[in-house]
Amino acid sequence: MSENAKKEMRTPIETGAPDGFQYMHPTMRKNFGQWKYHEHPRPGVLVHYANSGEEIWTVRAGTQRILDVFTLRTLCDIGDEYADGYVRFTIRSNIEYMVKDKSKVEPLIEALEKEGFIVGGTKNSVAMISHTQGWLHCDIPGTDASGVVKAMMDELIDEFRNNEMPNRVHLTTSCCQINCGGQGDIAINIQHTKPPKINHDLVSNVCERPSVVARCPVAAIRPAMVNGKPSLEVDEKKCICCGACFPPCPPMQINDPEHSKLAIWVGGNHSNARSKPSFQKLVAAGIPNNPPRWPEATAIVKRILSAYKEDARDWERINDWIERIGWPRFFELTELPFTKYHIDNWRGGRKTLNSSAYVRF
Amino acid sequence: MKKHDTPMIDELENGPWPSFISGIKRLRDTHPEKRINEMTNDLLGQLEHSYETRKGYWKGGTVSVYGYGGGIIPRFSEVGDAFPKSKEFHTLRVQPPAGNYYTTESLRDLADSWEKHGSGLVTFHGQTGNIMFIGSTTESTQHFFDDINEKGWDLGGAGPCVRTAMSCVGAGRCEMSNVNEHKAHRLLVNNFMDDMHRPALPYKFKFKVSGCPNDCMNSIERADMSVIGTWRDNIKVDQEEFKKYVEMKGRKYVIDNIVTRCPTNAISLNDDDSIDIDNQNCVKCMHCLNVVPKALHPGDDKGVTILIGGKRTLKIGDLMGTVIVPFMKLEKEEDWERLVEIAEETIDFWADNALEHERCGEMIERIGLVNFLEGIGIDVDPNMVANPRESSYVRTDDWDDEAVKWYEKADKKKDSA
Ligand code: HEM
Ligand code: SF4
Ligand code: SF4
Ligand code: SF4
Ligand code: SF4
Repeated sequence: MSENAKKEMRTPIETGAPDGFQYMHPTMRKNFGQWKYHEHPRPGVLVHYANSGEEIWTVRAGTQRILDVFTLRTLCDIGDEYADGYVRFTIRSNIEYMVKDKSKVEPLIEALEKEGFIVGGTKNSVAMISHTQGWLHCDIPGTDASGVVKAMMDELIDEFRNNEMPNRVHLTTSCCQINCGGQGDIAINIQHTKPPKINHDLVSNVCERPSVVARCPVAAIRPAMVNGKPSLEVDEKKCICCGACFPPCPPMQINDPEHSKLAIWVGGNHSNARSKPSFQKLVAAGIPNNPPRWPEATAIVKRILSAYKEDARDWERINDWIERIGWPRFFELTELPFTKYHIDNWRGGRKTLNSSAYVRF
Repeated sequence: MKKHDTPMIDELENGPWPSFISGIKRLRDTHPEKRINEMTNDLLGQLEHSYETRKGYWKGGTVSVYGYGGGIIPRFSEVGDAFPKSKEFHTLRVQPPAGNYYTTESLRDLADSWEKHGSGLVTFHGQTGNIMFIGSTTESTQHFFDDINEKGWDLGGAGPCVRTAMSCVGAGRCEMSNVNEHKAHRLLVNNFMDDMHRPALPYKFKFKVSGCPNDCMNSIERADMSVIGTWRDNIKVDQEEFKKYVEMKGRKYVIDNIVTRCPTNAISLNDDDSIDIDNQNCVKCMHCLNVVPKALHPGDDKGVTILIGGKRTLKIGDLMGTVIVPFMKLEKEEDWERLVEIAEETIDFWADNALEHERCGEMIERIGLVNFLEGIGIDVDPNMVANPRESSYVRTDDWDDEAVKWYEKADKKKDSA
């Protein structure tokens, strides 16, 4: 390394997570931990009242999440002109503006809508879909998360802008079976249906074979000599097509334009309200991964949403609703097929079977 | 510059939801810097190619900044010959402020630095919680980091390390909050900067902090260590407000939507429209408080519940976190120190005992909760189980000693009460 280059090496300052207080609206700082209750005057708007008698108004808006600096600055301009210059982002990448005066709320909403942002996403709406990286910038995706989200939110926009759902609905997408998108009331995830295709010429160069072997959840991978070179082979009968071997070994290509499908899962719920947190369950698979607008997946999501909207009681999340009406009725209402693939055979899967005489007709 | 034809992704400019494609095109068409025009043009070209062939074309590699071993997600294009200007397109993970608060000034400042060095595309936030600056070359990665690091921003985690943490809006705005989430978030994660920036753990480790059991941060499902605010005294009831609510909604609605939805049947509606809550059997699920926030509030004796071991699918299947500390106060300095100590002991034990690429929850699944608890010096508690053991295949040699321990602890609790 040249002396010059060395000089440029700057020791990082390991400050970690910055203090949020410096960026917090003064009214929020002042009433920190002293909030009494909130109201929800209209979709996309919350007002919180403090013990001190002060109030803070929040306007929430959906964005494209992948922000170009122009859009980010437009959001800032709106914040400076129509709000108090303080914002935050929700876990689902919505932006929130906080203002002290009620009178600022309507002009703020107007300004946001004029620029094409969508005010809503609070309470019993369909919230912004939380999404992952996809073809835009991940190295293992089977689909494009941002595109799926954009296409779906175009169709669900009225449900985002209104509060007509029995309770809130959180959607997520994941573009591989690792599922960065996490749990959701409805999750739209990649589901591979064919074992990885191995490029044997590359395996010996790029892969640490033992760690790839260790990664497989069903021990389907074995070291093997192929064409006189060390490589790997997959027991295709055992393979569950999960794709876990692909990140550590890119020559084990799992993504397939035809056979990487979408699957839909329902009933994941992070909250403890009414019942313990729950994981999502598979309800539909084999859905074509059909860019640029994925109409087949959206159609199924809409079908599930309309059955839920119609049939669920107030405050029931999707998992609560299905718990009450049972799975036979769920499949009936959504007109989705129930297949042998819905029956879990993974470890612990037996606890998902019906060990009672409770049967619904 | 010749613009790539992008008929497929152009379809994503239609429709009312804001379009990320239109945003990338703005950078291509109207940004004053040629470097950005060209980079985003080739990015769009590669993305179109992905849409047409239904395949991704990024591969990983190694890129880091001086002094750190993680925090950058390297992206090199496999089709870089066709799209040379975006052939290096790395992501920087930057830690957000606790609670995700920003001023417009701080955002503009970040935007200014980013367009000087990177593609001009940024996400607030990734699913782990980082600000993701998407699209920098290997060379500009260091420059951009230097720039923002001087202004108080630090990289998050990537690789087998402590990852970026998240906390909810919490006490800043939410009446359900039972803890200073921001303090918990920063105390925890900032104590592990070495373990974040120099990845050397068995696998990833995530902290998430939610101010109440609504768990807006999804911490039970997604965090290796989940800290959730709660309280152990009575729900505060404003009976007058509650009666007003009954009057407004009707008794039937209140019975159907509050009384019968309480998971432990702890609520009873009185004849005069006030309510009684059996607080000893309230499990702090939050439902009734969510429905009538004006009348029902968390109690005053606040603290946190700690769960360990949540994670997603890989490798043994999804796991929820499980309770290891049913309740602890976070009031005095030593309480906060104890919180950090629990995290340290957990991470140390896990680092020593986990297999390679094994999350903390998977290790617990393999060795059993009791071994883990003994390893970090925490006593068993019935709040840690949904129910006691169902299998009779267990050796109970030291039953009497263990029973004595339990009674001694119970006596101590009585004395201190
Ligand atoms: C090549 C490998 C991988 C890449 C490039 C990748 C990338 C990412 C990115 C960019 C995020 C969002 C990060 C953020 O907010 O800063 C993320 C989150 C996440 N990743 Fe990965 N990931 C990879 C492998 C994995 C693996 C192997 C697992 C599973 C064990 C995994 C599970 C997750 C989960 C569960 C989240 C969401 C986390 C949360 O809610 O906190 N990822 N990943
Ligand atoms: S879900 Fe999979 S493909 Fe998508 S961003 Fe996460 S790791 Fe990448
Ligand atoms: S796809 Fe999954 S099951 Fe199949 S070989 Fe790879 S890791 Fe094993
Ligand atoms: S987790 Fe609880 S305290 Fe935090 S924002 Fe959600 S409801 Fe409020
Ligand atoms: S918080 Fe939940 S458990 Fe407690 S009384 Fe209310 S509904 Fe019942």
